[in-house]
Amino acid sequence: MWKLANPTVFLGYTGRALPVLWASALVLLVLSAWMAFFVAPQDYQQGNTVRIMFIHVPAAWLAMGCYALMAVSALGTLVWRHPLADVSIKAAAPIGAVFTAVALMTGALWGKPMWGTWWVWDARLTSVLVLFLMYLGLIALQNAFEDPGRAARIVAVLVLVGFVNIPIIKFSVDWWNTLHQPASVVRFDGPTIHPTILWPLLTSAVAFTVLFICLHLTAMRAEILRRRIRTMTVLTAQRAESGASFRPEAAE
Amino acid sequence: MTPFFTLVRRDVALAFSAGSGALLGVMFFLIVIVALPLGIGPDLNLLARLGPAFLWIGVLLSTLLALDRLFQADHDDGALDLLTLSGLPLELLVLAKCLAHWLTAVVPLIVAAPLMGLFLNVSPTALGATILTVLVGSPALTMIGAIGAALTVTVRRGSLLLAILIVPLTLPVLIFGIGAVNGAVVDGLPFRTPLLLLLAASLASVAIAPFAAAAALRAARG
Amino acid sequence: MKDSRLSLVGEGLACRRGGRTVFSDLGFAVGAGELMAVTGPNGAGKSTLLRLIAGLLAPIAGRLDYQGPAGGDDLAGALHYVGHQDAVKSGFSVRQDLAFWTGYWNGRGDIDAALDAVGLGGLGAIPTAALSAGQRRRLALARTIAVRRPVWLLDEPTAALDAAGEAMLGTLLDDHLERGGMAIAATHQTLPSKPAKTLALSVGAA
Repeated sequence: MWKLANPTVFLGYTGRALPVLWASALVLLVLSAWMAFFVAPQDYQQGNTVRIMFIHVPAAWLAMGCYALMAVSALGTLVWRHPLADVSIKAAAPIGAVFTAVALMTGALWGKPMWGTWWVWDARLTSVLVLFLMYLGLIALQNAFEDPGRAARIVAVLVLVGFVNIPIIKFSVDWWNTLHQPASVVRFDGPTIHPTILWPLLTSAVAFTVLFICLHLTAMRAEILRRRIRTMTVLTAQRAESGASFRPEAAE
Repeated sequence: MTPFFTLVRRDVALAFSAGSGALLGVMFFLIVIVALPLGIGPDLNLLARLGPAFLWIGVLLSTLLALDRLFQADHDDGALDLLTLSGLPLELLVLAKCLAHWLTAVVPLIVAAPLMGLFLNVSPTALGATILTVLVGSPALTMIGAIGAALTVTVRRGSLLLAILIVPLTLPVLIFGIGAVNGAVVDGLPFRTPLLLLLAASLASVAIAPFAAAAALRAARG
Repeated sequence: MKDSRLSLVGEGLACRRGGRTVFSDLGFAVGAGELMAVTGPNGAGKSTLLRLIAGLLAPIAGRLDYQGPAGGDDLAGALHYVGHQDAVKSGFSVRQDLAFWTGYWNGRGDIDAALDAVGLGGLGAIPTAALSAGQRRRLALARTIAVRRPVWLLDEPTAALDAAGEAMLGTLLDDHLERGGMAIAATHQTLPSKPAKTLALSVGAA
């Protein structure tokens, strides 16, 4: 971890690792798609619709996993002042938001034939929707600051507040939902998951996780470079101000 | 390009530039729509019945959100003075800024409305009618809001004052809008009449509000 | 430029703001190639006078007579006002900011030349948020070059400018006056260009 603290070292390592990671993500995604379509059977009730699960479930897991990663990174920013921790939060937030959105959208597609409607205010769905709103709020807060250095600790505080709040939100939404006893809530919880479904699901989960790592590292690299450009921009403006030889013709 | 459209283009570009929070209004809309079922309960039939009204109120509140900076941002950095020196009449300047506000703050709400409709289980007919009425009525929200924005341009923390001033003035828009939606959904209720009244409100406000807002801006100039 | 008919004459001008008469019976005359400095303590009405000439405020008495370089009396279309605020938008690049105002005022000037003239050459792609106060002032002054109008109204033009910036402003002013333009500048400080006239205002002058 600490060896990677230097952004240049980080760029070097990830530059070498990422091609391999992307290739394995691609292979795993193709493999899991094949398993989802040809290994997993149709559900006797849900038919082919059940295959949405192989996107929906990993996306939902990663939506939460991403927030956990951001919470660790927030600790890294606030406690250990790790220089890359803030970059990690900044890079993770949009990816987490997209995985959450994918989980919500595939849930809606799955729910339409099951419930006859795109959306029900089921406890689990509502919690994920609130998680999505929190991701959006984090992205908005990050964008509200012009100086990423100043935003870092403020955003980290919000990430941690959210992290403490998520279980409370989950509990309150569950309570709200049981209070109201919705008419029809169908849950996917058979007695035991059959291996022909379990293995494709786990493969898919691994594939999505590797994909997430690829996306996150790539986004972190982009963010580091973006900050370097920003620093160079500010320096250019300052040098022009001090009148030092910022123009080539003046230097000659 | 005329100063009018140069100004519209500039305001649209600024609204979508980094750090301006162009889509905060849509996020606020989403949060309002999510919060309402949590207060009322997850009964989809009830939500479907109340949905159009929620959508309208969501649009109204989200529109107000961005209005307080409509003139204030340009007033605070001196741009408003420079903008009035181009020969573009202040009334047209108001209209240009309102057009840009409508394009950047209200159109995204209309685009997001179908999604919000899904959350509230609004039927396709009711959703279509809601979107149509918002499309017809929202120019009135922006234009009436612009009067409030001009009145509060020199007031610090004017946004709350703006809402207090403007919401009563926009209630007719809300009434006609939801009236038209009910007309589309419920048999025996009129649809055309409230829709035409809504259209009249929008057209009248486009015609009148620039003069009121310009007068307020002139007064604020001292 | 000897045949330029450019002139701006104020007669018996009076202005009230916030229930107070800022000045009354104020007169001045500026011609082609002339710089008039408006001096006086805070509250004497320097900015008010400039805003009045710009048409942002209405006088309660008096008149302004303007004649363009080739005749005509459209003062509003002939003046360029640089207020004490810079009206530089964050969210735009330096070039975008200047290009907007130039287009908005139907300016015909070259954007890059204007940026070069104020010492911002090469910074066109930089976001305005990265500029210092002095650089923002330079950007505000670049608009006068890109838009090119005969009458310049400058409110505290040297504010936030360093020595090099003042020298740059002096060059801009001299060049503008050389071309037969006129300028009226409200200032506390010595202007980098020698004013042909000075209008000294005092608080409560009647």
